[in-house]
Amino acid sequence: MNLLRTFDTGMRGLLGHRLRSILTTLGILFGVAAVICTVGIGTASANSVNSRIAALGTNLLTISPGSTTSFGVRGGSGSANTLTMDDVSGLEDRQDAPDVAAVAPVVSGSVTLVSASTNWATTVQGSTPGWLMTEARTLSQGVFFTRQQVAKHAQVVVLGTTTAAELGVTVGSQVSISGAPFDVVGILTASGSTGFTNSDDLAVVPITTAQDQITGGSPDSVQRILLSATSTGTIGSAYLEADQLLLQTHHITNSASADFTITSASTLASTAASVTTTLTILLASVAAISLLVGGIGVMNIMLVSVTERTQEIGLRKALGATPRDLLRQFLIEAATLSFVGGVLGVGAGLLAGILVPRLANIAVTITPTPVVIAVAVAAGVGLIFGVYPAARAARLAPIAALRAE
Amino acid sequence: MAARAAPAEMTAEIIRLVDVSKVYGTGDATVRAVDAVTLSVNEGDFLAVMGPSGSGKSTLMHILGCLDVPTTGEYRFAGEDVSRMDERELASIRNRRIGFVFQQFHLLSSMSAWRNVELPLLYRAARDRKQTALNALAQVGLSNRVDHRPNQLSGGQQQRVAIARALVTDPTMILADEPTGNLDSHASREVLEILTGLNRSGHTIVLITHDPNVAGVAERVVEMSDGRLRARVAA
Ligand SMILES: Nc1ncnc2c1ncn2[C@@H]1O[C@H](COP(=O)(O)OP(=O)(O)OP(=O)(O)O)[C@@H](O)[C@H]1O
Ligand SMILES: [Mg+2]
Repeated sequence: MNLLRTFDTGMRGLLGHRLRSILTTLGILFGVAAVICTVGIGTASANSVNSRIAALGTNLLTISPGSTTSFGVRGGSGSANTLTMDDVSGLEDRQDAPDVAAVAPVVSGSVTLVSASTNWATTVQGSTPGWLMTEARTLSQGVFFTRQQVAKHAQVVVLGTTTAAELGVTVGSQVSISGAPFDVVGILTASGSTGFTNSDDLAVVPITTAQDQITGGSPDSVQRILLSATSTGTIGSAYLEADQLLLQTHHITNSASADFTITSASTLASTAASVTTTLTILLASVAAISLLVGGIGVMNIMLVSVTERTQEIGLRKALGATPRDLLRQFLIEAATLSFVGGVLGVGAGLLAGILVPRLANIAVTITPTPVVIAVAVAAGVGLIFGVYPAARAARLAPIAALRAE
Repeated sequence: MAARAAPAEMTAEIIRLVDVSKVYGTGDATVRAVDAVTLSVNEGDFLAVMGPSGSGKSTLMHILGCLDVPTTGEYRFAGEDVSRMDERELASIRNRRIGFVFQQFHLLSSMSAWRNVELPLLYRAARDRKQTALNALAQVGLSNRVDHRPNQLSGGQQQRVAIARALVTDPTMILADEPTGNLDSHASREVLEILTGLNRSGHTIVLITHDPNVAGVAERVVEMSDGRLRARVAA
């Protein structure tokens, strides 16, 4: 039998069993579309997590007091303030720490700010001009306070956008912090919330002023030191330099008993990356299950029709079909269903990729790999279960096939 | 008619069964559906097989049609040992040399009458397949039902479609398993006329029947009982 005639026979086979053909096509269609859609959602959320991490600035290091010998901090961090302004000036030394671009000591406390019209409770951080760079922030209005203002214990404050808006103040206004009047000299550019805390709700004052009037405590001790490396590439060496320097100034020989801990945003990034990986695996599993369900659907339909098809094969053999004729016919039938189902599935998946973000406000990013895998698996299942029973039946004696149950 | 293989021409023996048995099942449940049958049919013969239900007539017929393989014994078709043929040779014999009318018709339910009749033509080089199929349907008096599906036809009409499908390839030999079983005497006579006509033009016919009148048309009648075959002298 020539190919054209086989093709014609295959097509008539499909049209002769419309319901079976439609169900098989649907099984493949839904499997493929589900995979494209779920993987698309997974990819989109992974991308969004990654870009948020990138926005954090990965050249940032934070030094906190206490050690991390166990997950809990030895002695209780913060209570024993082991970080001092000496450490800060040591780190600011470009010779000892060439890969450190900026240093900022931080003390902080929760305080209520009072403006002419209202009051607002927020976090006040005392720091130095290095804060802007280490926090990767910019100003939308006004200026940040200067080293001179830090030295003079100036009563100036820089506000986050949320804080400024809540207090109803702008650059030039005055707010009262712990009863003392502060001049608002700058407003930070909105950063967008990056997770647990609203980084637009805060006030920054000179560290000296903060120690005097807000957090109390020794003018020499600081709660945290923020560092930024010269680039994301030098964060490792900046880390080592800071570590060496502090061990030296704290007279500690064994780094395991260090009384400080250095963490980096890249630690956070790696945590987030593992979260993303988990998310991706989860969605890939969902996708694999949808594919499996679609595949089982296709398999069922194919297997349910095996008896009928086996009888058809027996009859065709009795009338002169060779096993090769039959195999080709069934291959063409299965390939057509798989192809049509696959194409429609990709179409439905892409359509969902457009509709889901509009209707459900969920981002979908479609990449080629899952599309290819989904189509290959679904079509493979269709082909195998369409052809395998046929191949087996084609080897039987015609009467044995005709009598199949 | 296509040129035949030389041995067939010389012997003129188209079927030769020697000690053929077909055994179903194993152990206590063993059924010898065909039991040591030896039979010779020459080209151009008209043979009728009679016998009670369950005596193994259909089983024998399936073996003759190369649709089933004997458990033991030798089957030569036109001088060639069927057990040595590969799938392609068997397919070619089923398609070109034999037209088979099944007792249960075995029509494909998803296809119209003419598509069913066309089926064997798909597996050979054939022109004007539709016209050939329509001619065969006309021969069995079904010109007015060509587009009907099997489930839209009466039992007798389905049987005639099955006969048309066996005729359509103009085979050397027609094997018909109770071709008149579902027909009234008028339609039955028509089918017999077709078969005798074919026989007169050189086709070999083997048919199974319970009807002595139908058997009476045949030149030769054999009878089966319990899988065994014996010649019967025409009454
Ligand atoms: N596939 C099978 N498995 C087991 N036994 C079978 C099988 N096919 C046929 N038989 C048995 O073989 C015997 C002969 O069956 P066969 O169909 O040849 O009878 P038959 O002479 O054609 O009968 P009828 O006139 O009723 O059509 C029966 O006893 C039947 O039960
Ligand atoms: Mg029978």
